[in-house]
Amino acid sequence: MKNKTQKALKVKRSRGEQIFSVFNYIFMVGIIILCIYPVWYVAMASFSDSNLLTMHTGPLLWPEGFNLNAYTKVFKNPMILKGYMNTMFLLLVGVPINIMMTALGAYFLSRKRVLFQKPIMIAIMFTMFFSGGMIPFYLNLKDLHLTNTLWGLIIPFMINTYNMVIMKTSFQSIPDSLIEAAQIDGASHWKILFSVVLPLSKAIIAVMVLYYGVSTWNSWFWASAILRERQLYPLQVILREILLSNDVSSMSSGAAATDAESIAMSIKYATIMVATVPILCVYPFLQKYFTKGTMVGAVKE
Amino acid sequence: MKEFKKKVRTDGGMKEFRKKVRTDWMRNRSLYILVLPVVIFYILFNYKPIYGAIIAFQDYTPRLGISGSEWVGLANFKRFFSDIYFGRLMRNTLLLSVYDIIFGFPAPIILALLLNEIHNRFFKNVTQTITYLPHFISMIVVCGMLTDFSLSTGLFNDIIVFFGGERHPLLQDPSLYRMIYILSDIWQQVGWGTIIYLSALSSVDSQLYEAAQIDGANKWKQTLNVTLPGIAPTIITMFILKIGKLMSMGYEKTILLYNPSTYETADIISSYVYRIGLLEQDWSYSTAIGLFNSVINFVLLIVANKLSKKYSETSLW
Repeated sequence: MKNKTQKALKVKRSRGEQIFSVFNYIFMVGIIILCIYPVWYVAMASFSDSNLLTMHTGPLLWPEGFNLNAYTKVFKNPMILKGYMNTMFLLLVGVPINIMMTALGAYFLSRKRVLFQKPIMIAIMFTMFFSGGMIPFYLNLKDLHLTNTLWGLIIPFMINTYNMVIMKTSFQSIPDSLIEAAQIDGASHWKILFSVVLPLSKAIIAVMVLYYGVSTWNSWFWASAILRERQLYPLQVILREILLSNDVSSMSSGAAATDAESIAMSIKYATIMVATVPILCVYPFLQKYFTKGTMVGAVKE
Repeated sequence: MKEFKKKVRTDGGMKEFRKKVRTDWMRNRSLYILVLPVVIFYILFNYKPIYGAIIAFQDYTPRLGISGSEWVGLANFKRFFSDIYFGRLMRNTLLLSVYDIIFGFPAPIILALLLNEIHNRFFKNVTQTITYLPHFISMIVVCGMLTDFSLSTGLFNDIIVFFGGERHPLLQDPSLYRMIYILSDIWQQVGWGTIIYLSALSSVDSQLYEAAQIDGANKWKQTLNVTLPGIAPTIITMFILKIGKLMSMGYEKTILLYNPSTYETADIISSYVYRIGLLEQDWSYSTAIGLFNSVINFVLLIVANKLSKKYSETSLW
């Protein structure tokens, strides 16, 4: 329907519109380059010879003296491996808990004729717009003995209210008749959630896995705030030490001072690649799910 | 969310209400048990910290706890208002937000409108996928790249030199800080931000365009009179949300990007709370500043929502 209209429009395009169209395409190509080039630069720099890289000025199109030294160094670094392990733990344990808890809340909010649903809904929505702030949140974690443990990054972040609203909207689109039929058969809510609602919600579960997964992978602030032991640091916190505190000495020990600095650059870039490529490889394939989630969330009630 | 407005009717008297509760409990008992973990979660990690914010009115020490610490009334708030950094913090927080609204807010709308005019589907899809890319890069990596590119030997300076400028460390320059912050924010979020507008655009009735064409409206007029009114509710909703966050610009990015030489323009309320609270452990004072910030945000959100309800019939609740 829409395509037809567009075709009809194409025929009638005026000269001004044609010029606009050309500029529009050029503009989009420009945007594409802007979005991709920084990542490309980092990739090329990570494959470069560190000395040549230091001498190089200006944009980089291909590696300067291709080699993989930086990567060998990065993969030999025990802290990066440890960081990977910790992040994997947070993903494998945390995300299923996220999905579970979010589904429980979303299911409750999606039911009809529940007396105390509205007050609970209001109380939950309120937290999206008002909070006690960073410091009381931190003191609360301390109070609950959730500091200096990876559980402190899982339990307090079990539910993201925004995600729960998305899931609720999606659950509401499941026909009531299905749920009522199960209820007549004597199924409990627990059973209905697991054997009727969730099997029908694979797409939204995929969206949730991705949303929670990406935010777990990328989050760092609370990890750096509550973890004292370096052994517990997730990948992003290690990354912060390497990228933003110039702490590359541990990796390039033995080399002369100037050498160390030049090694530093390519190691930095290789570290970025190691921490970013997994997500960059995955997202284009899952894009339709991400997009779907945002759109479900945008549906106004 | 209009259902919020309907209140639980209790005017039928206490007796009837009790009866209602009883039937509801009989009917939905297992549902309430099922949601219990969620309710506990919200109490423990959202409402307990809100309660914990009362230490803003105390001289709190962890040893004495909330019950044992001395009450000081509004002393912490007064201290903030007379803090030598108060003016600077307010100015920086507001300016950063205002710039974000002026430049950051329209960016995805404009990009969505332009993308909507791309009729080659393959090219459109590729463009979308690629513009989403920066959204998936972590804040640490984005700030790491920015820091490296901004060094006097970095990529940005190479480009500046190419255009005849002079090399200098960009992130040490307070006058450039806001620009770097806002531009990199746009870079990271503009593509992702288009999703919501593109979906709004696709639901604009195509008959309206046909009607406009018959009336002889050109592309520009169509955009102005059909497209923009069509996506206005979405724009307004996003705008209300933005206003509600006016004073809560992300501290994560600030903490990663700023340094003492740029505090003058970079330090915002939330990053100050972080320094005073988590780093210097002045718990009560930092909580007071944070609470002040939260309350202002909440009031702003309510006002924006009221105004929007009045003038455009679009609101969050």
